[in-house]
Amino acid sequence: MAPRTSAEVGGMGHSVKRKEDPRFIRGKGTYVDDVQLPGMLYLDIVRSPYAHAKIVKIHTETALAVPGVLAVITGEDLAKYGLHWMPTLMSDTQMVLPVEKVMYQAQEVAAVLATSRYSAADGAAAVQVDYDPLPVVVDPHQALAPGAPVLRTDKKDKKDNHIWHWEWGDRAATDRTFAEADHVVKQDIYIPRIHVASIETCGCIAHFDKVDGKLTVWMTTQAPHAIRTVFALVAGHVGLEEHKIRIISPDIGGGFGGKVPVYPGYVIAVAASVLTGKPVKWVEDRMENLQADSFARDYHISAELAAKKDGTLTAIRIKTIADHGYTDAAANPSKFPAGLFHVCTGSYDLKAAHVEVDGAYTNKPPGGIAYRCSFRVTEAVHTIERMTDIMAHQLGMDPAELRMKNFVKPENFPYRSALGWEYDSGDYAGALRLAMDRIGYADLRREQAEKRARGELMGIGISSFTEIVGAGPSKHFDILGIKMFDSCEIRIHPTGKAIARFGTKSQGQGHETTYAQILAEELGIPAKDIQVEEGDTDTAPYGLGTYASRSTPVAGAAAAVAARKIQDKARKIAAYLLECAPDDLVWEPGKFSVKGAPDRAKTIQEIAFAAYTNHPQGMEAGLEAVSYYDPPNLTYPFGSYICVVDIDKGTGEVKIRRFVAIDDCGNIINPMIVEGQVHGGLTMGLAPALFEEISYDESGNVQGGSFIDYLLPTAVETPKWETGNTVTPSPHHPLGAKGIGESATVGAPAAIANAVVDALWHLGVRHIDIPITPAKVWKLLRDRGVTD
Amino acid sequence: MLVKMTINGEKHEADVEPRLLLVHLIREVFRLTGTHIGCDTTHCGACTVLLDGRAVKSCTVFAVQANDRTLMTVEGLEQNGVLHPLQQGFVAEHGLQCGYCTPGMLMTSYAFLAKHKAPTEDDIRHAISGNLCRCTGYVNIVKAVQHAATAIAQGGS
Repeated sequence: MAPRTSAEVGGMGHSVKRKEDPRFIRGKGTYVDDVQLPGMLYLDIVRSPYAHAKIVKIHTETALAVPGVLAVITGEDLAKYGLHWMPTLMSDTQMVLPVEKVMYQAQEVAAVLATSRYSAADGAAAVQVDYDPLPVVVDPHQALAPGAPVLRTDKKDKKDNHIWHWEWGDRAATDRTFAEADHVVKQDIYIPRIHVASIETCGCIAHFDKVDGKLTVWMTTQAPHAIRTVFALVAGHVGLEEHKIRIISPDIGGGFGGKVPVYPGYVIAVAASVLTGKPVKWVEDRMENLQADSFARDYHISAELAAKKDGTLTAIRIKTIADHGYTDAAANPSKFPAGLFHVCTGSYDLKAAHVEVDGAYTNKPPGGIAYRCSFRVTEAVHTIERMTDIMAHQLGMDPAELRMKNFVKPENFPYRSALGWEYDSGDYAGALRLAMDRIGYADLRREQAEKRARGELMGIGISSFTEIVGAGPSKHFDILGIKMFDSCEIRIHPTGKAIARFGTKSQGQGHETTYAQILAEELGIPAKDIQVEEGDTDTAPYGLGTYASRSTPVAGAAAAVAARKIQDKARKIAAYLLECAPDDLVWEPGKFSVKGAPDRAKTIQEIAFAAYTNHPQGMEAGLEAVSYYDPPNLTYPFGSYICVVDIDKGTGEVKIRRFVAIDDCGNIINPMIVEGQVHGGLTMGLAPALFEEISYDESGNVQGGSFIDYLLPTAVETPKWETGNTVTPSPHHPLGAKGIGESATVGAPAAIANAVVDALWHLGVRHIDIPITPAKVWKLLRDRGVTD
Repeated sequence: MLVKMTINGEKHEADVEPRLLLVHLIREVFRLTGTHIGCDTTHCGACTVLLDGRAVKSCTVFAVQANDRTLMTVEGLEQNGVLHPLQQGFVAEHGLQCGYCTPGMLMTSYAFLAKHKAPTEDDIRHAISGNLCRCTGYVNIVKAVQHAATAIAQGGS
């Protein structure tokens, strides 16, 4: 789409340089740990070495003798105020500090308050805790087996470790379709626990002003308004009411879902500040971040896919065990405990589908949040894309051909999937065709055949994913009952400059730039003249925050709607100024002119000035608008990725030679930022595909709790991504946009895994669970006698 | 103990505990908060500063080790209101998103370009491999460093 506005105005379609960058490249951002207040105290946390143990006694005397240590806070202290437990966003319960027992290794046991960061750490090291170890359950299958020790003894009448059962789809129709199928493929797929590991960890400064009774919390949060409400609901009884709570989410050093939940450290800092009346800072270190903050994934999937002889895919059937650790602290919409996992029919026109998920408690940290992915969509996409590839190989069909044959066709949109989603728009074959052209698919297949004849291992993998983002329509989407709308409030100043505030919160996505571009598009005010603010609950309109790629689909839509309200009022003012009827005016970005007399015109800046100096009698002065946008549907970005790998037979190492990513996120606001989002998303798809996993030994000891063994890809492992796009606008979004932040993370792992299996299929390899490490590949090769 | 050092051309001194980490001295005592902390274990590089021209991870250097030495942090890149070509390159090529790793990336790249005038893409990727970025996928960071190398070669700095 060619931009409608000039580069000077910088509306949609322009690669406007980011408004955020001038402060960041000078080191002048303000992240939580940069805030330093007079008299500030520091909090450090004592953590459990055991995965499951009774707390016999906490010895605080030595710690209290450390110079600078003011207090050791325990669960008993918080229990006096009823604050030792808190609700999770999934209406489960989570300990702030334990009174009876710990449930995972690295769980918070006590907190030390001191006058300096170092004193607090010394104090934490000096706290001695006597534990009585209890039996540990780390495997969710064991957790659900009869006779397993019941972990949540805090829940009266709880007799097992089963959290919930959820199923969706028509079981009978699905079973019938399977019975009639010519081919069925089955595969167990484990999608391991991983961690978002944003480069900034989590933290806060809580400052309770005892005089006016107001609590201000600078906090690494993606959803400041929701957090304020949660705080008010949890602590209203101790005097923290919502108008006396201000959450400020300053610059955030990456979020990816990890900064949605409320962590115990935040609550302890708030309690400590309320008790002392002093500002209290808590910032976790990297090991605390990796070992105790909410995790993503940990899905044990058993999938079956059915097809006819000719390769027509007909049905999918999935059973899954979801390991949530000791509490369900996911951040899914409350109606969907398994998130949007039931988008697992993917890009294909399946006639029937049925999916079941069972949540299980284990002795692990709370799990189930996102990893740059909207509510379990990666798990769904990985399953359908792996299964489709297995089916193609089983049938002896080219994986591209099988996909082309089964895609939902462009003319079938809006398309209702077998599991009830209404896909808004798509051209799946168009994206795959472009990806195949860009990478030279036919030539690669020829090269692969030649190499295979020589014994070399080369693979080509495809992933043609459909995303589901923009939660969400209030009918189905809420968190703790709060509907998942989002908001924009615009004020045009008399000189035609503007400020706009939003209920979302950027963590690197560039909202200050893209939101200004949306307003520039709608109002013709140059993007550089529009200041965008988010993250301060005292000033920004209420919204549910930024995660699950919802900012453009929801708050971006709110921006367009609010701008159109302003345009409506501006039309009336322009008509008054030009002495004509409002309907006689035509709008082009930045001005109204009289139909047939283009010289008679008023610019938006002139109109803004008149709104404060010469507005029509009977009209309110000013030029402002607000929109709380409730989306009519989700948006469905999609894409096709093709990955080429070469496998080293000596080491089992997978080398990504090329990776072409074609994305379609509807109309694009800022092409530069969209491409950057895809680059980052691809790298967070590569990471779990080849490197990242946090596992536990049978005693519940975490493996992968530091950057020594939790391997984030560096610039050396990361390939040079090749990107491109098609544009299929969303029919229901005011701008035709869809959201892009997470598509690549969702789509990339399957392309990589499919490429590796494609390289090894002729050796009898059917599936490899991610991360596909050199050790896993090398063992497969050795077992088949083909290592160098 | 008393430590003295020059940071970005300005003299600083402070009375510090021997165990104080350089990154905490820079951030919390001298209030130069552009240098960030991402891991405490020398893996992520967000805390990278120049110590006598050499890129070091300041989370793993004691403040006392910087006594009588010269440091440069991200705040020292801009000179007389003119951005360094690396800063310009990061903006031009969209080499940053959340901005948290950016100061470390800039300082590592600064030390690297001082010794490598015409680096290849592969050289740059290896040079920044001690700095983790979770947002950009590195593609545009590499381009930003190339952008700066070209600008410097053409007399930009």
